[in-house]
Amino acid sequence: MNPLLQVRNLITRFHTPEGTVYAVNGISLHVNEGETLAIVGESGCGKSVTMLSILRLIPIPPGEIVAGEAILHDRDLLKMKDAELENIRGKEVSMVFQDPMTSLNPVLTIGRQISESLRVHLGMEADMAKRRTIELLEQVGISDAEHRLGDYPHQFSGGMRQRVMIAMALACAPSLLIADEPTTALDVTIQAQIMELVIQLRQQLGMAIIWITHDLGVVAGIAHRVIVMYAGFIVEEALVEDLYENPKHPYTASLLAALPRVDRRRDRRLKSIPGAPPSLLVEPKACPFSLRCEFALEQCAGENPPLEQISPTRKLACWVDISTGKAR
Amino acid sequence: MNSSQPLVVVQNLVKHFPITRGLVFERTVGSVRAVDGISFEIFRGETLGLVGESGCGKTTAGRTILGLYPPTAGTIVIDGTKVDFSSRKSMQSVRRKAQMIFQDPYASLNPRWTVGAIVAEPLRVHKLITNPKERTERVKELLSLVGISNRLVNRFPHEFSGGQRQRIGIARALACQPLFIVCDEPISALDVSIQAQVVNLLEDLQSRFGLTYLFIAHDLSMVRHICNRVAVMYLGLIVELGSRDEVYEHPQHPYTQALLSSVPIPDPKKDRMRKRIILSGDVPSPINPPSGCRFHPRCPIAMEICSQTEPEWKEVAPEHWAACHAL
Amino acid sequence: MKPDEPPAPHALLNADELETPPLTIAQLTWRRFRRHKMALFGATMLFLLVLYAFAGTIFFSEAYANKTDTKARLQPPSAAHPFGTDTVGRDILARTIYGGQISIIIGLTAMLVETIVGVVIGALSGYYGGKLDSLLMRVTEAIIVIPQIFLLLVMAKYFGGKVPNITLLGRTFSGSVVVIIMIIGLTSWPYLARIVRAEFLSLKENEFILAARAIGTPTHEIILRHILPNSIAPIIVAATLGVASAITTEAYISFLGLGVRPPTATWGNMLEGAYNYIENAYWLWVFPGFLIAITVLSINFLGDGLRDALDPHSRAI
Repeated sequence: MNPLLQVRNLITRFHTPEGTVYAVNGISLHVNEGETLAIVGESGCGKSVTMLSILRLIPIPPGEIVAGEAILHDRDLLKMKDAELENIRGKEVSMVFQDPMTSLNPVLTIGRQISESLRVHLGMEADMAKRRTIELLEQVGISDAEHRLGDYPHQFSGGMRQRVMIAMALACAPSLLIADEPTTALDVTIQAQIMELVIQLRQQLGMAIIWITHDLGVVAGIAHRVIVMYAGFIVEEALVEDLYENPKHPYTASLLAALPRVDRRRDRRLKSIPGAPPSLLVEPKACPFSLRCEFALEQCAGENPPLEQISPTRKLACWVDISTGKAR
Repeated sequence: MNSSQPLVVVQNLVKHFPITRGLVFERTVGSVRAVDGISFEIFRGETLGLVGESGCGKTTAGRTILGLYPPTAGTIVIDGTKVDFSSRKSMQSVRRKAQMIFQDPYASLNPRWTVGAIVAEPLRVHKLITNPKERTERVKELLSLVGISNRLVNRFPHEFSGGQRQRIGIARALACQPLFIVCDEPISALDVSIQAQVVNLLEDLQSRFGLTYLFIAHDLSMVRHICNRVAVMYLGLIVELGSRDEVYEHPQHPYTQALLSSVPIPDPKKDRMRKRIILSGDVPSPINPPSGCRFHPRCPIAMEICSQTEPEWKEVAPEHWAACHAL
Repeated sequence: MKPDEPPAPHALLNADELETPPLTIAQLTWRRFRRHKMALFGATMLFLLVLYAFAGTIFFSEAYANKTDTKARLQPPSAAHPFGTDTVGRDILARTIYGGQISIIIGLTAMLVETIVGVVIGALSGYYGGKLDSLLMRVTEAIIVIPQIFLLLVMAKYFGGKVPNITLLGRTFSGSVVVIIMIIGLTSWPYLARIVRAEFLSLKENEFILAARAIGTPTHEIILRHILPNSIAPIIVAATLGVASAITTEAYISFLGLGVRPPTATWGNMLEGAYNYIENAYWLWVFPGFLIAITVLSINFLGDGLRDALDPHSRAI
């Protein structure tokens, strides 16, 4: 089966007064139809930049997509003309961002913002667009939708605004929804509401989702497959159960060991990872995690391990087998 | 750990912020009832967790306890002395004993001061060490306690990362050797791998210096890890209070139950098997809290009495209290 | 709460782990300033102008600058008088040198008056708020609302002849110099006061101020050591531009005949006499006018560069 989206060797850099930021260093990934792929990593790992690069939403300059291809339905998003790409954004591929307050236009009503998308992308008439907008708002759980069409974003709470964002993203029934930390700024009970909504909608609409987050708990709840990123590289890729049960990359294992649990009694100290992520201003030559890795071998400081397919459903970029501590 | 005399006693603490209208003549048209009457004790050497979602009043409570906001009503006793918010002398002595660690590592350090000056400020202000050379020595000691090298004393905050800045903030809080530290969301702004570093540091410092913490947070997993007892706040009131494992394993208040069931668990099989209690609606505003039990509009088991009378604070199990009509 | 294992020693952060080299805020600011070509040009020009006005005294004495010689009046530029002579035969070149001194001194001193008053009022207003703020802001607005020219003219007329000449450092200055400085300073501070007030209003909500209060830092220290250093940037920029504004203001008051009285020269009062001779004797106004323009322009470039360099939001080196 051909994947819905196939990204190969994406390299993105930013040219700043302090130097070149090596934000994304050769990422290859794919998403299949109807599947939810989670991209997890801490700040600066490049997860957001990857998605923004694919949709060409990064400012150029100072950004530069040095290389790579992003194939959606047999067309390369990175090489398309702007007009063609604008046709795809919002229609076949939609994005939902972290802060709905800055992604929604504060001076336009909600109704207008959603219907605009419908009219521009699907060519709907004003009346049809209005009806469809009400349908969408109800679908995302906003009660009394008809009366809320004339409301402005600031009249909604954080959770409601995020629902509106989702409604806007789903307006044209995209085949791929990219959600960049959509629940990070929300309270935990509201986050649970939104996650339940998304799970329900993906069942109904069969769309694929790329969910970007730093929260390993959210990933466990929503993903089918997971990619772990660090310093602009993919370090591990696995099905969600496999990743949590048997993490193979030292970074993944350390992250999981650093997490406290709400469902278990405290049994030991959290295992912290010493040091801090490397500066992205330095061109990466060695394994970016080697300085903080408890399993690091000499090899790791010399050469960056490539991402290899170690089983039909797993990829790993590491020289070491962490169950033995020796080279793989 | 439970010595007979609690270090901090808070009784019926209330903090309202007036809402004013009018440009020339301001008149008060209402108030944000951020904290509406909370009472609890914190014992020496323990960590009490104060949890809740946005708008519940936990940050306001922390700041009011330290006198950063003058309370609207209620009393606070720290180390046996009742705090007199109107007396500068009383406040200064409270400040030596009770300090705060802030949430935002980028905003809580003065960008124009060196790290050394920042950590030395409490020593200077309270005239604990008047000789500048001795002060610098003490500052270096404090910085190495939190894992920051002496050679960085003259650097500026912008040269450090978030986790490092937070450690500098901790060093500052320790300068006057306080007994009690209010940790206001100290790790929320940090990456996951750095959170564990800072939490471990806080624990080590606690065991080394016998510190008492009020740990304000919204991350329930972290609170379970680090706290001895937990208080759950909703819309300005405490709805449940008890020992950590008791509250997490046998939550009595429906809000606590819903809150705990919403926390994602980093274990796919377990997480998907859970029965989540999804609350309807949004967190209401503290300007106009609902009548009776404030949680009743969203409560899955609300009864008629819940909209009429506020529930009583009852001991539902040894050392475990909750306020709910269903108990 | 006991740790479950012996606590691991916390990894000491080495100096090498900090990525940026040790740079003070001053060094960062200088580097950013250096990148601004126009600002460097402005700074250079100002240096040259100051050199001209103050080192030029080596070549001409003040007595010479004030020496009248009606036989040599209104002569165009020549070898003897490179900038020509004015309506009473004084050498214009020499007068631009001494006039430059006065104009620059007026600019700097008026800026000082304006800055001190503006900062004090703005800081108190912004920090304390409430009734004090309302009162001070009404006063500020009252001064802004009245056109500055009107205030200047009224004050100039009233105080004009009343201040005696001052002798300082062996030179005599017309009392009107002091009058002008005070007038300009006391009518220009509202602009700075509002900027400072805005800075204080926003800065006092910052967490590091809350932290200072939590430590117990007294209010005067919070204002002077915490907030003020963080608001220095707009103050410096406003002060710099204030010098330009003061020089310009002096120029037009003097042009209207109400400014500094002769024989003390300023670039502005040199223009006064030129009014009737605009076409016939261009040298009367071209030289002082050009100097004023270049000075003001250079100050503006400098101010732009300072504004960018001091921007606290820029973290670039």
